[in-house]
Amino acid sequence: MLELVTVSLLNGVVYGLLLFMLSSGLTLIFSMMGVLNFAHASVFMIGAYLSFQLGRWVGFWPALVIAPLLCGLAGAAIERYGLSRVHARGHVAEILFTFGLAYLIEELVTMVWGRNAVANAVPAVIDFPLFHVFGSTFPAYKGLMMLISLAMFAFLYLALKKTRIGLVIQAALTHPKMLSALGHDVPGVFVLVFAVGSALAGLAGVIGGFMLLTQPTLAHAIGPIVFVVVVVGGLGSLGGALLASMLIGILQTFAVAVDYSLLDLFRTLGIMISRGSPLYELFAIKLATAAPIVPYLLLVLMLIVRPRGLLGTRDV
Amino acid sequence: MAAACALELRSVEKRFGATEIIRGVSLEVARGERHAIIGPNGAGKSTLFNLISGRYAPTRGSIRLDGEEIAGARSFAINRRGLARSFQVTNIFPRLSVFENLRCSVLWSLGYRYNFWRNADALRDAGECALATLEHIGLAARGDVPAGVLTYAEQRALEIGITIAGGAHVILLDEPTAGMSRGEADHAVALIRRVSEGRTLVIVEHDMSVVFGLANRISVLVYGEIIATDVPAGIRDNPAVQAAYLGTLPDA
Amino acid sequence: MTGAAAAAERVARSAAPGRRRRAWLLIATVALLVALPHVPGLQSDFGRSLLTQMGIAAVFALSFNLLFGQTGLLSFGHAVYFGLGGYAAIGLMRAINHGLPLPMLVVPLAGAAGGLLAGVLFGAVTTKRAGTIFALISLGVGELVYAATFMLPGIFGGEEGITASRTRATIDFGFPLGSQLQVYYAVLLWTVAAALAMYAFTRTPVGRMCNAVRDNPERAEFVGYNTQRVRFIAFAMAGLFAGLAGGLHAINYEIVSADAVSAARSGAVLIMAYIGGAAYFVGPILGAIVITWLQSSLSDYTSAWLLYLGVFFMAMILYAPSGLAGLIMMHRRIAHPRALAGVLAAYAVALVPLALMAAGAVLAIEMAYRMSTQPELGTRMRLLWMSLDAALPWPWIVAAVALGGGLLLFRAAVPLVASAWERAAARG
Repeated sequence: MLELVTVSLLNGVVYGLLLFMLSSGLTLIFSMMGVLNFAHASVFMIGAYLSFQLGRWVGFWPALVIAPLLCGLAGAAIERYGLSRVHARGHVAEILFTFGLAYLIEELVTMVWGRNAVANAVPAVIDFPLFHVFGSTFPAYKGLMMLISLAMFAFLYLALKKTRIGLVIQAALTHPKMLSALGHDVPGVFVLVFAVGSALAGLAGVIGGFMLLTQPTLAHAIGPIVFVVVVVGGLGSLGGALLASMLIGILQTFAVAVDYSLLDLFRTLGIMISRGSPLYELFAIKLATAAPIVPYLLLVLMLIVRPRGLLGTRDV
Repeated sequence: MAAACALELRSVEKRFGATEIIRGVSLEVARGERHAIIGPNGAGKSTLFNLISGRYAPTRGSIRLDGEEIAGARSFAINRRGLARSFQVTNIFPRLSVFENLRCSVLWSLGYRYNFWRNADALRDAGECALATLEHIGLAARGDVPAGVLTYAEQRALEIGITIAGGAHVILLDEPTAGMSRGEADHAVALIRRVSEGRTLVIVEHDMSVVFGLANRISVLVYGEIIATDVPAGIRDNPAVQAAYLGTLPDA
Repeated sequence: MTGAAAAAERVARSAAPGRRRRAWLLIATVALLVALPHVPGLQSDFGRSLLTQMGIAAVFALSFNLLFGQTGLLSFGHAVYFGLGGYAAIGLMRAINHGLPLPMLVVPLAGAAGGLLAGVLFGAVTTKRAGTIFALISLGVGELVYAATFMLPGIFGGEEGITASRTRATIDFGFPLGSQLQVYYAVLLWTVAAALAMYAFTRTPVGRMCNAVRDNPERAEFVGYNTQRVRFIAFAMAGLFAGLAGGLHAINYEIVSADAVSAARSGAVLIMAYIGGAAYFVGPILGAIVITWLQSSLSDYTSAWLLYLGVFFMAMILYAPSGLAGLIMMHRRIAHPRALAGVLAAYAVALVPLALMAAGAVLAIEMAYRMSTQPELGTRMRLLWMSLDAALPWPWIVAAVALGGGLLLFRAAVPLVASAWERAAARG
């Protein structure tokens, strides 16, 4: 029992930090530009593919640096040549643009690497056991991921709250014209923010790529969960994103390990539900099977109880 | 006592975080009165309107409409009780035609609510009301134009139109003549005088000739407090008011 | 009569010829649609099936636009109502198969009921917010329902879905749904009815307020309307008609499975409505027709058709946000036929480099797709009438030149189109 709890907790924290890595860039772009970047998970996917390809050509460590840079450049290009034309038309138009982009990126990735998953295996250089817990090993790459994730949090926190450019950027969100009048290059600021956000997504993709399957549907598999994180945590709140990521990561990991259903619960309480009863099938679902919908249930719950999110400060 | 008073504010306070914008405002507006609120920029005039019309809830204090408490109520609830307001920054329905803007403003007050089985074009009273308002505000020739393409002055007129179309008996106008030329402002004042016949009007204005020409009584709001409430002549001669404005009141 | 009443009379009378014209247009369109499956080229089962799919897609896209174009709510999970309606319909079909004395023709009503129920249930929660949050909620609910269909195989049939027969019925009032032609006419009947009903809804008081809420939700509250309630009503209506479309889907395919509530389907209806033109009532119909046609025809020729669709969508977002309907309506402003001819001629000129660009891009894309997704077929391939080897450099060079050259020439042609428009605007 203790083994189950410890291992699940550890895995939950790892998964949660992976979710945070992905949602951090999204939170940055949202809180500074008001744009909900649907293509964020797609850039994550590009990071995964790039790390696979670059890893083959130049090795893991250079790929760890180059892939995020390329993703950042891609983000800069997206904002400069595409998204910037859409800002004036409002948030809905921006979402549609990034939605179309996500669609496009999925197809472009298919065009280059094919429909099947690529063999994006953990590089040997970081695939050694860091420590043992209850007989299972905790590999070094998971430790690296946790380190990078926490470093992202620190970097973003400082950038948003403590630096002058952070303040400028936050001002650009609500008063872009005034900021221009004061001499700041608002379009340039947006390009920078989008680039940094995309670079963060790319960095997350390098690590995430070998923890998850690197295939064209990767963005679609993980994208919605990241949005749930951002909404549950509270739009625009970095701390909320961390909290929500951990919550969802741990809840979902524990759920997968629980091979019980409501039916079992009722049975221990002495309540018998007959097979013919209409809700029987619903009650018979094992929590492990229901694990994929845990984030979405949390989303709906949060929206009913506290639409602002856990630590949300702003309304959309 | 309460019946004579269309709008009554008692010790209304509004705080945003640590900043106090409205610091205890008390005001009584009699039924049928035309009451102007003036004051320097940043005094909190628009915030006061927002509190009365339900956009914000007061931190403390009571706001009564026809004797009934409305502080903190939702804006649609307040509107349904007969209070309508216009906005300083034009707040119209840009993609709807001018006529449609006005028609949408009367639907609730005519009782159509969430009706989804009748054709809106077949509602004679709604159409007539909208057309009457259209004529009142002088936009009869522009009825089918999308509101977003109107000129600034036309949009300000429409803004007033949307506010009065529903037949509210207490009307709040927030700087209705802002940005208008002298001629346009005179036109607007005539319109306002016409439509406020028999209704209670509270108007925020910077243009003193408008204020002095229109108002029965004036309140002066400075730093979230009312420093004087009096008839126009009294306000003009009030030393505290003169100090607040540094003597810029005209000898109208 | 008062001045306002007299003015109202004048307005009503001047609207009458417009209404008569629209009525004739509608009759003509319906007559055309009735005759369409007998037109050579569409007489096959394939052609009629395509027309049927267009009808279903049109109802679905119109229902989406009740939310998006009419009320300003962007939903990424609209397929939920389509699919749940479909499941309800297929359930009714099974009941009819087992003897329930109802004609198959009323099955779409079950779809509508299912969609309405789901719309009311989910709408109560999701319409509390608008804008970006609403979009995200709709995404989450979509994922939730999709995952749930796999977790409850007894109700939703799991991966295989639920099947029924559209011919096994005890009564049919002379309208059996055996052949594809009969199915088409049934779908046509429901499509026209649904489209008219949705149009009528947009003209009701609450329909007008949906537009007002879209334009300025805050002001709508200040004229007495609870914005959330207006959105809720729009949501319920959109769910009803999406469910109706799902019911038509159930009849046509005789099977409903998880793909009916998938994110892909939600994305597809969004693209249809947007490309067609969300600002116009008929825009989504246009989008549904075009996308359904592309989906069915292109996918036979190329595995890259989703990419082309994506590019098309992005191009519309950037350069033609009012959609195909908007592009067409833009030309109504040109009154003078000479001016119109000038504009069309400019289009023809600009079309040449555009076609060149497209040819180069298509060449490169097709080759890339072949190499990455079907490597087992080798690098020799056929593209239209040409056969080439993607491993050689020359096809790639040709593609690059066509793309680059086309782009340069196109940029040179754009001012021609712009000046043609200026001349047309000056004339009008």
